[in-house]
Amino acid sequence: MSAARAPLIGQSVERKEDYRFVTGAGQYTDDIVLPQQSYAYFLRSPHAHARIRAIDVAPARAAPGVLAVFTGKDLAGVGGLPCGWLIKSLDGTPMKEPKHPVIAEDRVRHVGDQVALVVADTAAEAKAAAALIEVDYEMLPAVVDTATAASNPARVHDIAPDNVCYTWGIGDKAAVDAAFAKADHITRLSLVNNRLIPNAIEPRAANAHYSRADDSYTLYVANQNPHVERLLMTAFVLGLPEHKVRVIAPDVGGGFGSKIYLYAEETALVWAAKRVGRPIKWTAERSESFLTDAHGRDHVSKAELALDRSGRFLALRVHTTANLGAYLSTFGSSIPTILHATLLAGQYATAAIYCEVQAVFTNTAPVDAYRGAGRPEATYLLERIVEQAARELKIDPAELRRRNFIRKFPYNTPVGLTYDTGDYEATLKRVLELADVKGFPARKAASAQRGLLRGIGYSCYIEACGIAPSAIAGALGARAGLFEAGEVRVHPTGKVTVFTGSHSHGQGHETTFAQVVADRLGLALDDVDIQHGDTGKVLFGMGTYGSRSLAVGGSAIVKAVDKIIAKGRKIAAHLLEAGDADVEFANGEFRVVGTDRKKSFAEVALAAYVPHHYPLDRLEPGLNENAFYDPPNFTFPAGSYVCEVEVDPETGAVRVDRFTASDDFGNVVNPMIVEGQVHGGLAQGIGQALLEACVYNSDGQLLTGSYSDYAMPRADHLPAFRVETAKGTPCTHNPLGVKGCGEAGAIGSPPAVINAVLDALAERGITSIDMPATPYRVWQALQAARR
Amino acid sequence: MSVTIQLSVNRRSVTAEVSPDTLLSHLLREQLRLTGTHIGCDTSSCGACTVHLDGRAVKSCTVLAAQAHGHEVTTIEGVTPADGSLHPMQAAFRSCHGLQCGFCTPGMVMAAIDLVTHREHATEEQIRTGLEGNLCRCTGYHNIVKAVAQAAKAMGR
Repeated sequence: MSAARAPLIGQSVERKEDYRFVTGAGQYTDDIVLPQQSYAYFLRSPHAHARIRAIDVAPARAAPGVLAVFTGKDLAGVGGLPCGWLIKSLDGTPMKEPKHPVIAEDRVRHVGDQVALVVADTAAEAKAAAALIEVDYEMLPAVVDTATAASNPARVHDIAPDNVCYTWGIGDKAAVDAAFAKADHITRLSLVNNRLIPNAIEPRAANAHYSRADDSYTLYVANQNPHVERLLMTAFVLGLPEHKVRVIAPDVGGGFGSKIYLYAEETALVWAAKRVGRPIKWTAERSESFLTDAHGRDHVSKAELALDRSGRFLALRVHTTANLGAYLSTFGSSIPTILHATLLAGQYATAAIYCEVQAVFTNTAPVDAYRGAGRPEATYLLERIVEQAARELKIDPAELRRRNFIRKFPYNTPVGLTYDTGDYEATLKRVLELADVKGFPARKAASAQRGLLRGIGYSCYIEACGIAPSAIAGALGARAGLFEAGEVRVHPTGKVTVFTGSHSHGQGHETTFAQVVADRLGLALDDVDIQHGDTGKVLFGMGTYGSRSLAVGGSAIVKAVDKIIAKGRKIAAHLLEAGDADVEFANGEFRVVGTDRKKSFAEVALAAYVPHHYPLDRLEPGLNENAFYDPPNFTFPAGSYVCEVEVDPETGAVRVDRFTASDDFGNVVNPMIVEGQVHGGLAQGIGQALLEACVYNSDGQLLTGSYSDYAMPRADHLPAFRVETAKGTPCTHNPLGVKGCGEAGAIGSPPAVINAVLDALAERGITSIDMPATPYRVWQALQAARR
Repeated sequence: MSVTIQLSVNRRSVTAEVSPDTLLSHLLREQLRLTGTHIGCDTSSCGACTVHLDGRAVKSCTVLAAQAHGHEVTTIEGVTPADGSLHPMQAAFRSCHGLQCGFCTPGMVMAAIDLVTHREHATEEQIRTGLEGNLCRCTGYHNIVKAVAQAAKAMGR
């Protein structure tokens, strides 16, 4: 390319991956059929808690088409599914880590727990045969409720007699107590962060194949981090050689956290594939997804905020009980601690914060990260209590926030984080304009004319993304590094294939990452191809979660590109008979500074692969570079949201009329994709606030086990969103200045919605309501207030 | 026991042996290997498997394969032009960023084509109501609604 073209970074270019998706040519795990394919069905526990006295699989083994039936006894030598984060209690003892068997051994601990694996020629035969298995269960009392689990005499695990996994704390308790003692005002709030089911529209699926030819395994799996999946499965559970297992996460139909984890099903399939001698495929029915995908949230919290007369936040005290479910999921232990309590400073210069977290086992599905993962829980708590304090002190809620904003960076919070940069005033100011807050009284009056209560609610969120600096994570208990890897392979013709350890399951990496690389190398977008999701192609990777892909994965790619350019300069210097230091690279050309002597990127690439005139004495041929990038800090996206709702006091129905967002994500590569990420997050956050709730009854039966019972946001539940990405404050410590955008909408929106509902209901004397604010719940609150 | 059925799939005549309880969605995916039609639930709630039966959108998990005997079925593969271009609805989803992971997209596109074909000058509210049977977990529907409105214009509706 000779002339400089407009940069691709910052442009809303259409997505490269979309042709295959809009035409149905995507290849998701269930679309893949291998030669001699067989199919699996898992028999699952119908009880929340029971002892298995006996299992009779003989009739199933004899059923038509059945190839094998396995129970927990067959897998006795196999390890448990590991937890990747060790949390220590306040007294220094490590968390309780009960074994999470791949198939239940002597006890089942939640409805849906795996009891047997049936493999047959067809999926229908496997399912029919599973119905013939007789299990003799001895029912045990179930522990279900989060708040009372620790005082329930029933035990989920014998090693945790009080059902407590750990009691952890962060912050300076004495300083907080002292601040409360001299406070002018204390605001108190109890709240529940409702349990959610992630519901990626593609159900989990896996297809495992064993090759006798070279004693190797291939696993196709709907997963967000195939290398981590492979590492955990081989090293900790099955004891297989890591280099003999290839994990491919092909097109993946949404994750939202639920496909990060190493699950029992794919592990059992890999184990069984060699024994059966044929590839085995399993695709979850949606009913199984509801029962067995790791759930999210499920906190019960008490919070107290101490303020002085001027409304300055002196201290925050929080106690949270977090439900971890029946077993520790891959990152379950870190969510209510490292990703929740550390975010309780929010955007505010609160001098002292103390948070204690009691994590409990219950006879429910494991709980782990779901979009936002701990940060939505922190933001919901903080933004609810701040808004309540504003109401109690009769200070405008935006003004109260403004008085407490952090304004000097870097800023060390009292809960362990260092914010590198931000401008909270800017996003708040902008969202107030965009949302036309000035026009709210007129709109409220117009709603009142129609018999409706209108309310407005705010939320100013922060999140820690770009997960994570490995050393810090390690000091906090992480059992893995959290860097990312990338490889840039320049072909002899100058075309480029990039291999990234990040995984795209909707985020658009094939486009965004190509924009970054094409700009750096001065290439056309179509000359750069992004490959991901295959341990057989990609050197290593930690995968996609925690809004980390561009900030960490993108930075690894940039490092590799920089190495390509550095080597290219040496090659070009030789070809141009100049010194290395005299060659510069810009717009796809290596040029001797101050002259018109130049070589194009493609010419240099060709010379690297056809090294006839090449400095072979000091330079290897070829043009291919790897890089690993470990972030020096988290990134801190932040923003301000305003929600306006109308409540029908006759029915309790809440309608979101307007939702406005101003986000600071630092630099933005593709604004269209970034806004799309915010839209999706907002829908999930509004879903949590108004519609979604995972409900178990007291026996541990899941009452919301289908789309008829679990209310997913549909097109007619939601408004058009007003979303603006601020010019922003670029991240100071990664080469792209990016912060991450994938979770913001889900983190910032629930408190904005509930604050708006409470603002609407304030005139009826209602001061608190829990999520989801369904018509039933709102109507009940209205009736109670009337009495 | 199986039954022999004959139907048109994407304008081609197809003869298939199916079990009486085989769903149209399974016939399309497993026997005909038309994997653009996706299955996202087991309660006919998500709409990922939406196809056209005699020109109207149906969730193919609510139709027995045997019921499609003698009828015309069109899937996402059938609305995709062979020359590498896109149907106006597909093009609008792409240009409006009306998709992220792509799993709900074929069903959403098939439902949207039906919506636009049978309702002229649909308002935003009508588009939202019309897509109520199709779940998307990625986009928050914002850009899907935009895409359908844009495609309606392109299709002269």
